Order: sequence, then structure tokens, then C-alpha cells
Amino acid sequence: MNLELRELYQTMIIDHGRKPRNFHKMDNATHVLEGFNPLCGDKLTLYLNVNNNTIKEVSFEGSGCAISMASASLMSEHLREKKVADAEKVFHDFHELVTNDDANINMDELGKLTVLAGVKEFPARVKCATLAWHTLHSALHGEHEPITTE
Amino acid sequence: MDAVIDYDVTRIKQDFPILNQQVHGHPLAYLDNAATTQKPNCVLKAIDYYYQHDNSNVHRGVHALSERATKSYEAARHKVQEFVNAKHVEEIIFVRGTTEAINLVANSYGRSNLNAGDSVLISTLEHHSNIIPWQMVCEQTGASLKVIPINDAGEINLEAFEKLLTDEVKILAVGHASNAIGTVNPIKFMINKAHEKNIPVLIDGAQAAPHIAIDVQDLDCDFYALSGHKMYGPTGIGILYGKKALLETMLPYQGGGEMISRVTFEKSTYNKIPHKFEAGTPNIAGAIGLHAAIDYLQSVGLDNIAEHEHELLIYATEAMSSIPELRIIGTAKEKIGVVSFILGDIHAHDVGTILDHHGVAIRAGHHCAMPLMDRFEVPATVRASFGLYNTREEIDRLVDALNDVRRMFA
Repeated sequence: MNLELRELYQTMIIDHGRKPRNFHKMDNATHVLEGFNPLCGDKLTLYLNVNNNTIKEVSFEGSGCAISMASASLMSEHLREKKVADAEKVFHDFHELVTNDDANINMDELGKLTVLAGVKEFPARVKCATLAWHTLHSALHGEHEPITTE
Repeated sequence: MDAVIDYDVTRIKQDFPILNQQVHGHPLAYLDNAATTQKPNCVLKAIDYYYQHDNSNVHRGVHALSERATKSYEAARHKVQEFVNAKHVEEIIFVRGTTEAINLVANSYGRSNLNAGDSVLISTLEHHSNIIPWQMVCEQTGASLKVIPINDAGEINLEAFEKLLTDEVKILAVGHASNAIGTVNPIKFMINKAHEKNIPVLIDGAQAAPHIAIDVQDLDCDFYALSGHKMYGPTGIGILYGKKALLETMLPYQGGGEMISRVTFEKSTYNKIPHKFEAGTPNIAGAIGLHAAIDYLQSVGLDNIAEHEHELLIYATEAMSSIPELRIIGTAKEKIGVVSFILGDIHAHDVGTILDHHGVAIRAGHHCAMPLMDRFEVPATVRASFGLYNTREEIDRLVDALNDVRRMFA
């Protein structure tokens, strides 16, 4: 098995892809937004409960490849109890992680999210990994229309 | 079916230099022919020769180069006429591809002949390029789009088709073969039925042209659209065949040079067919490349190609049926060499990425046929599609790689 491929499909990604965490509708959501990747058909609905500038809870529903589901699942765990401003920084750092070889980011802060670093060797799959994050970014900016990665 | 004994796939493969390469450390197994086919040396050489020796504009220069370019361009038109067995050479219009051919008919024929209350009839199997142009013209004219259902095997429901063929239908537009799941439609029967009601028929032949011998006079279709790049020719060149009597009544689709006979600021008169529909400098090198591609197809023999690909289809269908949890989407009795499938709950894009790392090139996605994916209630499929240069060994590698995907996701 090729190393790059093994790096992309690590056990944690396959696990989160097949059994995504926080995979449900949220009744008390303060933000709800749909994200769609028209190229491959990945879609998700993101739910946030934001209170006093803190993300209290994140959940999502949808369907897509292992990379997009795992990314959304890991994001939902990572952002819990984060300040909105900090979440925006994570959005930026995560984007750097999956697109930039010379990214100047603090890997420790990203925690488990770093398992997705292998995506940058697969340019066609970057959109899968960032769909949930773009949806988050737009939701926090008060958008209501479904977003696409195109 | 017996193997084609004199079909020398090894020698054929040597005609395609691109196939001789490694991808991620494995020899390339190119199984994405329904998306586009590779080009044989003779096509590459014909295009190169044209730009090295004859490049010039067509139908206007008085110099030697322009005469040679014009001659080659028109020779390509004659070649296509022979290839589809059109009655008249002026029934062959050069376009960018199947998509432009259908847009031409939808805009020119559709806008003049569709009114509120009329309808356009298509099938569930259609590629977006045989859906959207009609949706657009329906929006402009107030006509409606009707869709023939299919059965679970992916075959057109002919009973429903006949019921849908009402007096309101002003054109039937249907694919010869499905790009997404491979079904070959009974178009001759459908054309007959439509003609009983004087309804003209457009056939989207993009997928059929490299696999099935086409005879537009025998089919008696009114329009037939195809793309050069799906039949081992270059991208950016395609054909609209239309019956002469129909084309002559139709208004031009685009205005510009070439398509006029006299221009004043008050009024212009249009050129004869086919030039009326070829505004602007055409894709001359593309037409010349298409000519070479047809020569190539004919030298191998379309019947031999069909037999070879059918054998690959049977072999692949059998081999893939042995993979646990693999479900083939599209099990029509009549199919071109396309196997579309899903692998358990593993997403098509994950399968595609892993296969790529085994050097196996396939397509993963909705195949520009989202309504068809909805019909089968799948978000996407993996599609292996075969061409004249593919081998059983490449299918074995596909099967091995799929088993690897299963191990990885186990």
C-alpha cells in the first residue's frame, strides 16, 4: 500500500467517516446552514448552538465520502466550547493544513484535526475536507442560503 | 461469445502513446473512456501535419494554403457523411461537440416550433446536455419537459413511452446509449413510433458513436449528435447531422462570418446549409483530427470493436459480481462497455482515489446525470468504461484494486 494513500485513509478517518460523531439534527440550534459540493454531490446540514460568543454545540447531518464526513465529525468535536473568534482561527489554520505545504500553524492546537493533513497530497479531495469548514465559516457570518464549494 | 481471435489488442495499444505510462508506480489502466477516449498516433500526426503545412483559414483565401485547408476540412465532412451514412454531405454540420449540437437544435428548431402547451419528451437516462438545453427552451417558450421512466435494470419503459407520445409532443430527444450506466436504447423502434405521429427525433449519440455502427438513413432519425473526443478524436469538434429538409427551414443559431451570403446594415441573407450553421472560423484541425479518428475506427472495424468491448463487458460484469457488497447499477440486456457500481457503503470518491493509486483510472460521481442517480437513490457511482484498447488484464487489476478498497475500509 502506497504511503500517501495510507496517510489519507488513516484509521481515525475511516472510523469517523463511517461512524461520524454528533451526527444528528439539533432542535435548539442558533445557526443552521446547508453546504453542498456540486462536483461530487457531498452535502451536509450544519447546526450550531452559539451562546454568548461561545459555540456550545455542533452537529450535522448529510452524506458524502469518508474524507468529508470525517472532517465534519472531527470539526464538530473540536469546536465545542470554543469562542467564535477562536473557531475562525481554527478555520483558517485547518485550511492552511490541507492546502499549504509550508503552513505556519500550530499543529498542537489543531489536535486530532491534523490527521487530515494527508489531504494536501490529493488536490481533488481538498474540497471534500473543507466543505464542513466553509459551511461553518458562512454560518458564523450569518448566511442563510446554502453554500457550495464551487 | 467467442473471443475475437484476430483482434490484436497489444498492437492496438501501441497506437496510443499516452497509454504507455506509469501512474503512482503502476502501468496506467485507462477505464474512463465514457468521459473521453485517448487519441491514436494517426490523429496526433494529422493535427500536427495540418499545423506544420496547411494551417490557414477556410473558404475564403485564394492562396494555396487556404485551398489545402479548405480541401482537408471538407474532406472531413465527407468522411463523417460516410461514417453515419448520411444521404447528403451538407447534412453534416461541424460543432464543438454533442452539447453544442443539442443546443443548436433546441435553440433553432425548438424556439421556432415550441409554444405554450407543447412539450419536449426526453428519458430518465439523459445526460445533463440532453436535459438543460430543453429546460432552457421550455422556459422561454412556455412548453413543458416530459420524462420517460425507466425500469430497475435501467431500460426505457416502452409502454410509458407510447403513452407519453401525445399530440403535444413537438420533439423527442433521447440518447442512443447511456453514459452513466451503459443502456443501449431501442431508438429505431422509438423513432418509428414518434414518426407515426409526425414528431421529429433527436438522438444524442455521444456514447454510441465509438461503439455502434451508425446509419442515420436506416434509423431515419431527424437529428443525430456526436462528439469527436469520445471516439478517439480531438476535443472541441463534434457533429450535428440533420435531415436536409429540416435544416433548410431552420434559422441560424449563431451569427458571424461564414454563415452569410450577403450583408448590409439593413439586412443580411444567410448562406446555404451546412455553412448557415457554422458561424466563425471553425475548428479546422479538430475536423481533420476527427477524419483521422474515423479512419482509425474503420481500420480496426466497428464490428470488431463492438465484439471486443462486449467481451470485456461480460468478463467485467462476471468478475465484479464476485466482489461482496458490490452492486452494479444498470443491468440492461443491451449495453455498451460501461459498468457503473457502488461498493457497499464506501463512497464512490474514496473508491476513485484508491483506484487511482493502483494506476486504474475510472470516473466517480454523478456522471452529469443527477436525475438518473436520484432514480436509483444513489448519490454517486463508480464507473468503469471500456474502449478498444482495454484488456482483461486491466479488468483483473480493477477487481484486485476494489478488493484492496474493501480491505482498507474493513
